[in-house]
Amino acid sequence: MTQDATPASLQPPRQMMGRGNAWLRGLGAVLVSMAMTFLGLIAITFFVGRVVPIDPVIAVVGDRAPIEVYNAVRAEMGLDDPLILQFLRYVADVLTGDLGMSISTGGRVIDDLVRVFPATLELATLGIIIGVLLGVPMGVYAASHHGTFVDHAIRVLGLVGYAVPAFWLGLVGLAVLYARLQIVGGPGRLDFFYDGLVPPVTGLILVDSLLAGDMAVFRNAFSHIILPAAVLGFFSLAYISRMTRSFMLDQLSQDFIMTARVKGISERRVIWHHAFRPIRVPLVTVIGLSYASLLEGSVMIETVFSWPGIGNYLTTALLNADMNAVLGATLVIGMVFILINKGSDVLYRLIDPRARA
Amino acid sequence: MKPILEVENLRVSFPAPRGRVEVVKGINFSLGAERLGIVGESGSGKSMTGRSILRLIQRPGRVTADRLQFEEVDILSASDRQMRAVRGARISMVMQDPKFSLNPVITIGDQIAEGLVAHRRLPRAQVKEKTLEMLRAVRIADPEKVVKLYPHQVSGGMGQRVMIAMMLIPEPTLLIADEPTSALDVSVQAQVLDIIDELIRRNNMGLILISHDLLLVSAYCDRILVMRNGEVVDECAARDLAASTHPYTRGLLAAMPHLNETRDELPMLDRRSQAT
Ligand SMILES: Nc1ncnc2c1ncn2[C@@H]1O[C@H](COP(=O)(O)OP(=O)(O)OP(=O)(O)O)[C@@H](O)[C@H]1O
Ligand SMILES: [Mg+2]
Repeated sequence: MTQDATPASLQPPRQMMGRGNAWLRGLGAVLVSMAMTFLGLIAITFFVGRVVPIDPVIAVVGDRAPIEVYNAVRAEMGLDDPLILQFLRYVADVLTGDLGMSISTGGRVIDDLVRVFPATLELATLGIIIGVLLGVPMGVYAASHHGTFVDHAIRVLGLVGYAVPAFWLGLVGLAVLYARLQIVGGPGRLDFFYDGLVPPVTGLILVDSLLAGDMAVFRNAFSHIILPAAVLGFFSLAYISRMTRSFMLDQLSQDFIMTARVKGISERRVIWHHAFRPIRVPLVTVIGLSYASLLEGSVMIETVFSWPGIGNYLTTALLNADMNAVLGATLVIGMVFILINKGSDVLYRLIDPRARA
Repeated sequence: MKPILEVENLRVSFPAPRGRVEVVKGINFSLGAERLGIVGESGSGKSMTGRSILRLIQRPGRVTADRLQFEEVDILSASDRQMRAVRGARISMVMQDPKFSLNPVITIGDQIAEGLVAHRRLPRAQVKEKTLEMLRAVRIADPEKVVKLYPHQVSGGMGQRVMIAMMLIPEPTLLIADEPTSALDVSVQAQVLDIIDELIRRNNMGLILISHDLLLVSAYCDRILVMRNGEVVDECAARDLAASTHPYTRGLLAAMPHLNETRDELPMLDRRSQAT
């Protein structure tokens, strides 16, 4: 049978598909690949949960229980069923938000996560905003003033961002700005007497206090978050400015930059319109990576600042061998990674004409 | 004829491990509303000469001259602002390879219009009209469609015509074309050069055509400078090129293949006999 035998009506009407359609298909593909990646992630946490030498039955019945009780509970928990059945049940549980109970907090893991994740989200978001707002212009400036004193200064700052440990910077910051100068709030998200004043809507205290119109809470929350966010922001600034600088240097040596100069446009326009535009694409990836690493919960910073975020939660869970909590937190962190990755993928398509179908 | 560009003792140097090296070593020429060809081997300093006229050589490169005068502007002492007013609007430059010299993420229409709006405040509709008109002038059939495209979506020949449109839209008086066709397919080279030639004549502009191709330059120029190692070694009217007695020029001419060629091997340039 030849290809010509295929009825024309079965072939997709290629010419008729406009740009909008291509877009929808692209979005569909992104969603499907996201779902697949997420399923893979669930599979990994499932198998990790099976191989670790922590017996979930003992976690329930205790290590003194008679063997009959142990076996009965084991059967009840479905652990005797075929693995594939267990996996499907696990997927269904995860999708309905049932991540089991936490032995360290005594509550449902999902409730714990809903409580701790916004704390990390708020901190990381403020951190990345600081990192981008300062890091990008610094990188651009350094590249366009290549070899000058300011360029070297910015590079040294970037190196410091690599060499200095986060907890040290956090501790010094607390010692100077909080303990001595008292211009920022101390550890935690709020001072004790501001706690619980505004109803949690988003879990982000800065947003919730604005929604409630309570400026006192907002100011207090801000004084607490600004120092840890600045420390995180400094580390992402170091990375972002270094990458921006090297992307920009690369662009500024391209022929089309000379073309732009030949036209007689201002140097500012040459830099921002001609050299910066093409690097927005790789920059989105760099910023996404940096944001993701902040969202994983910077364990050091959350510990130093007693920040009740996911990094803190995960460490506590690990130390208590609290398997459900560990797996739940891992799922959330993995999901954040997938979302940010796919998000920067989509942005990439939006920005770069060459990546558009 | 009153010259529009005068160059005296132009030198370009770059720092090297042992002191600075000169890549352009004191060349002189002047140019009216005519077509000047600069030929020479790779590395002879042709591009550096062209770029110094627009003051596009950046640190650590250094340009000096006894005189580098474009109309009333002293290029070497002009302020950055004065220089920007000269660039594009009065002296423009077409570069070698449209694949690299057009911005990959800006539409062709925007890139062409930019050269115009940088120098003149015009209503949007008029900018658009001029852009389309300019594209038609470089023989692009459906300009309405092309203005919306990105550089990677057009062929090399069309990319170079876009480049020409972009550089001529503010109506400069001097165009420097630095190997405008060496990155192009042979079949479109003549077309691109014809377009440049037509527009130059129509607007009564000066042209500096830089190339390593003697025949091409002699076909499209009135006068020819032959450069070698940063120096001008020969200068003649294009129609007298074949009669040039300079050994280096003769060598270049002899090294070129001809149609209905009977030689088995092309001769090499014998550099010993022409020690500078
Ligand atoms: N940034 C630089 N630093 C040091 N030397 C340079 C630099 N740029 C160019 N040169 C040297 O200047 C010389 C002249 O270069 P130029 O580009 O003018 O040659 P050209 O005649 O245009 O050659 P081609 O036909 O290959 O384009 C070359 O020998 C080159 O190595
Ligand atoms: Mg050159």
